[in-house]
Amino acid sequence: MVGSLGQPLLFLLALGYGFGPVFKKAGGGNYIEFLAPGIVAMAILFTSVFSGIEIIWDRQFGFLKETLVAPVSRLQIMIGRTLGGATVALLQGIIVLVLAIIAGFRPTHLGLAALSLVFMFCTALLFTALGTAIASVLEDMQGFQLIINFLVMPLFFLSGALFPLEGLPKAIGMVARANPLTYGVDGLRGTLAGFSHFSLGLDFIILLAVVSLFMIIGSYLFSKIQA
Amino acid sequence: MIEVTNLTKKFKDNDLLAVDGISFSVKAGEVFAFLGPNGAGKSTTIKMLTTLLEPTGGQMRIGGKDPVEEQDEVRKLFGIVFQDPSLDDELTAWENMEFHGVLYRVPKKLRRERIEELLKFVELWERKDDLVKNFSGGMKRRLEIARGLLHHPRVFFLDEPTLGLDPQTRNHIWSYIKELNKKEGITVFFSTHYMEEADRVADRLAVIDHGKIVAEGTPQELKDRAGVASLEDAFIALTGKEIREESAGSLDRLRNGAKMWRRR
Ligand SMILES: Nc1ncnc2c1ncn2[C@@H]1O[C@H](COP(=O)(O)OP(=O)(O)O)[C@@H](O)[C@H]1O
Ligand SMILES: [Mg+2]
Repeated sequence: MVGSLGQPLLFLLALGYGFGPVFKKAGGGNYIEFLAPGIVAMAILFTSVFSGIEIIWDRQFGFLKETLVAPVSRLQIMIGRTLGGATVALLQGIIVLVLAIIAGFRPTHLGLAALSLVFMFCTALLFTALGTAIASVLEDMQGFQLIINFLVMPLFFLSGALFPLEGLPKAIGMVARANPLTYGVDGLRGTLAGFSHFSLGLDFIILLAVVSLFMIIGSYLFSKIQA
Repeated sequence: MIEVTNLTKKFKDNDLLAVDGISFSVKAGEVFAFLGPNGAGKSTTIKMLTTLLEPTGGQMRIGGKDPVEEQDEVRKLFGIVFQDPSLDDELTAWENMEFHGVLYRVPKKLRRERIEELLKFVELWERKDDLVKNFSGGMKRRLEIARGLLHHPRVFFLDEPTLGLDPQTRNHIWSYIKELNKKEGITVFFSTHYMEEADRVADRLAVIDHGKIVAEGTPQELKDRAGVASLEDAFIALTGKEIREESAGSLDRLRNGAKMWRRR
């Protein structure tokens, strides 16, 4: 838990204070205000997807088998695991938010900031379900390393977590729009920093739709797990 | 209690059949041993019987129910101790038991009584509030045995329950299992690659090698058939070789890797 806080914190401090002056000069305003919600989303993304990694180990060696032979439906197990993983990721997001506040970030509106918990939890659910789905079909750890390099990293970098979506080259703008994390980041920025690219309603609806989709796919793949 | 006919399993990435058309039956109340060297197909068979793996072909019945078609019915009937540890290390012994009881919907009062009875039976009641990660291998095994019995199963599967334990702990474990079989009349199906365990503990056994059953009967019948005095010699006579020693196969290496990863 402590180890996984290091990376978001490093990003926040190094990028926040490193790019701050440039961002300001370019007319972007306070970069920490812009960046902090993105870093909260990053912490949630990584924690969520990593909870999927446990399934790979669990399937062969651990506790998962105990639940797989119990007279309980796979759907219930999948939902239980996803809620558990998402709760841990949510807590992680909250801790990073608190650290960001200590580092100088100021939420613009307390009521809206409370609403950010909804976006944090949706983002957490979405990527826990995705992690579970992927882990259900992966055989070993090598596969997971590929997923981190070729899926999780691009999801993070192409989400608007680090840079504004306005005035992007067309191709990158399109990729960002197709990336569900973009809407999590945008929702968090809207509720925490007071400005967003899309409307909060749109962010929420898209997140909800993708959460449902990933839960269905994840449950299906999970139900096919053979131990 | 257990009926298996022509059971076959072929893994995608393997040309050989892991289980090759085996048939056997286990009567209610019997202690039945599945004896075979490493890689013979013991775990694969147990996984198919316990709904974890789908068979490629053949028929299975546990208490008259089909593990493929009637998964939930079958799952209520059996308890299992897996070859690899499957406890939650971050929970206490008691919490592991409680979780299992809730999962199997054992009513609260009955659950609490049964947990106490079983933890006393495997001599872990004094340690019930200790985290499982501080337990020795033998203690974990005993806890897994207690847990597998919590929901009053009629069949108890144990996949190499004494693997990696010292001889004294092994004796201990078998005395629990024998006593349990007498006291509760539970049907016991265990796998092992220790000849002398099958000889001493089992009412009947099947010898499995390369996915095929090469002999089935009481330990005495197998010895008589081969005309030898020990089951060890009978095994050599039946399969034409000594039981293979355990080698560190790829799965074992993976297993060690997992242990390293999980050490938090
Ligand atoms: N998931 C799997 N994928 C491919 N081959 C497997 C798998 N599990 C087991 N096998 C193979 O099936 C055979 C039987 O394995 P197993 O049932 O584990 O043996 P045992 O439990 O008797 O030691 C072995 O050759 C093993 O390599
Ligand atoms: Mg085995």
